[in-house]
Amino acid sequence: MLDILQRFFGKETEKPSKTVAKERLRLVLMHDRLDISPELLESLRADLLKVINDYCEIDQDAIEIGLHRGQGSVALVANIPVLRLKRLPAHH
Amino acid sequence: MGEVLVITSGKGGVGKTTTTANLGTALAMMGYRVVLVDADIGLRNLDVVMGLENRIVYDLVDVAHGRCRLKQALIRDRRFESMFLLPAAQTKDKTAVNPEQMKELCTELKKESDFVLVDCPAGIEQGFRNAIAGADKAIVVTTPEVAAVRDADRIIGLLEASELRNPLLIVNRIRPQMVKTGDMLNVEDVIEHLAIELLGIVPDDETIITSTNRGEPAVLNANSRAGEAYRNISRRIVGEEVPFMNLEAGGGFIERVRRLFGLRTG
Repeated sequence: MLDILQRFFGKETEKPSKTVAKERLRLVLMHDRLDISPELLESLRADLLKVINDYCEIDQDAIEIGLHRGQGSVALVANIPVLRLKRLPAHH
Repeated sequence: MGEVLVITSGKGGVGKTTTTANLGTALAMMGYRVVLVDADIGLRNLDVVMGLENRIVYDLVDVAHGRCRLKQALIRDRRFESMFLLPAAQTKDKTAVNPEQMKELCTELKKESDFVLVDCPAGIEQGFRNAIAGADKAIVVTTPEVAAVRDADRIIGLLEASELRNPLLIVNRIRPQMVKTGDMLNVEDVIEHLAIELLGIVPDDETIITSTNRGEPAVLNANSRAGEAYRNISRRIVGEEVPFMNLEAGGGFIERVRRLFGLRTG
């Protein structure tokens, strides 16, 4: 009886559990995959610097790069203080 | 010269041993020479699933340490002359075998067989390292659950880091009725996340329990749905093109899976 009542009042509005599983899986995999090693982060940092260096002069020692995990998302956050902008990218 | 396939999953209890036993038996049924290797040192299982537990004299660790010759440790299956089992040791010492020894062992085994199937222990530590050391190819088994898929993802990463590229996926224990009502992840959901080639799908089936009780792999039972699924998978392993099993009476679902499969392999 309780079961029937629940079905009438509550459960009908619940998301199918598969949808919940899929969303949880998406997030957990994203978190797992972004749990990158310091070496990989260092390599990313070096590559980023190389590209940015073509466009502006940056304060190499003040750079902060990291992954930030929020509710339902993961962001790559980079704080790169710019000292001077270059007039044109070197290869243009 | 045969091929060494490691059956792995990361998470325990998703059906690695059942998969190893059934694929090996199905390949032997087709006439191939098969060796099953239980790499789960300390937690011997494959012998029981195969119904060969009473015939063990020597084990993998005995071979690795030179206490017996490889041929002495191999147990010939009573149903198929071309199938052998190399049982795991029950020793507690996890470091009893190292990857180098496993590599040598696999090299030796594949000289005189078509397929060497290595049943990998759960986890990502030494036992996993040992099991994959001599493998040419990897099969990843998962079930449609968040935890199992997550662990499969970790394993795929580790396999690729160990130069075992392009692992193949088996999605085990699918319950079509629950998939239909939206209460279970479907095969597409799993592939979408793992992004590897699908080798097969196996329905959740009670005959797996009864066949394990008897020590007779389900592929020997003509009426077992899971057995049929494993027979299909073994045919794909030898290069046949076999359509994926229609788990749902209405079709549709399978068609979509096949399309997805086509896209990924094409």
